[in-house]
Amino acid sequence: MEEEWDEDGPDVVKRFMYVNRKAPYGTVYALEMLEKVLIAAAFEQDVHLVFMDDGVYQLKKGQDTKAVNMKNFSPTFRALEGYEVEKLYAEKESLEARGLTADDLVVPVEVISSKELSELMAKQEVILTA
Amino acid sequence: MLLHTVNKSPFERNTLESCLRVAAEGAAVLLIEDGVYGALDNTAVSELVKKHMGNLKFYVLGPDIEARGLGDQGLIEGIESVDYGGFVDLVEKHSATQSWM
Repeated sequence: MEEEWDEDGPDVVKRFMYVNRKAPYGTVYALEMLEKVLIAAAFEQDVHLVFMDDGVYQLKKGQDTKAVNMKNFSPTFRALEGYEVEKLYAEKESLEARGLTADDLVVPVEVISSKELSELMAKQEVILTA
Repeated sequence: MLLHTVNKSPFERNTLESCLRVAAEGAAVLLIEDGVYGALDNTAVSELVKKHMGNLKFYVLGPDIEARGLGDQGLIEGIESVDYGGFVDLVEKHSATQSWM
C-alpha cells in the first residue's frame, strides 16, 4: 500500500488528547507518554496535552535528578513548541490540591476547570491516558 | 521499633494512609520516591501527616525531593530530610523495616 504524503503535510489530521495523570520518576508512565506525544507531533496531528492529578507534577519547575541518577525530562516540555505542540492544559482542581499555581510550572499552560476539561475532552477523536 | 518506608504518592494511593493507621507510637516513617509528595505543606493531604506528627517521627529522602523540584514547596514542619547515608543509618537504627509499596 502506498501512502501519499506530500510537502503540504498529512491528509488526515485528528484531534488527539493526551491525559497525563502520573507523577514523573516514580513510574515510567510519564516519560513513555512524552514519547507518544512526540510521535503524534511528528505526524502533524492536532495535539492537546492535559495535565491533571499527579500529572501536574511533571511540569514542576526546578527538577534536579542528579542525585537519583535518572534523566530529567522536564526540559523536553519546553521543546514541544518547536513541534507545534502548543495546546497545553492543567486542571485547576489538581493544581489547587497540591498548593501549586501556573507560575510553578516549566511551560505556560492554560489552567482549566474540570468542567472545561470535560467539554474539551468531548471534542476529541483520539484520547490516550497514562 | 520499626522503620516504615512509603514510596507511593498519597494523592494516588492509600499507601501512606494505611501505614499511618498501622504504625505504632514512636515508630519512624521515611517518605521516598513518589511518597515524598506526602511531606509537602499546604496540600490536600498535609493534614493527614500533621495529625500523626506527635506520635511518629517523619523523614523524607532529600534526593527524591530535589529530583521532583519540590525544594521550594516547603516541607511540613518537623519532617527531617535525609540523604542516602541517612537512609542507611535509619535502617540500621531500627529493629526492622516495613516497606509500604
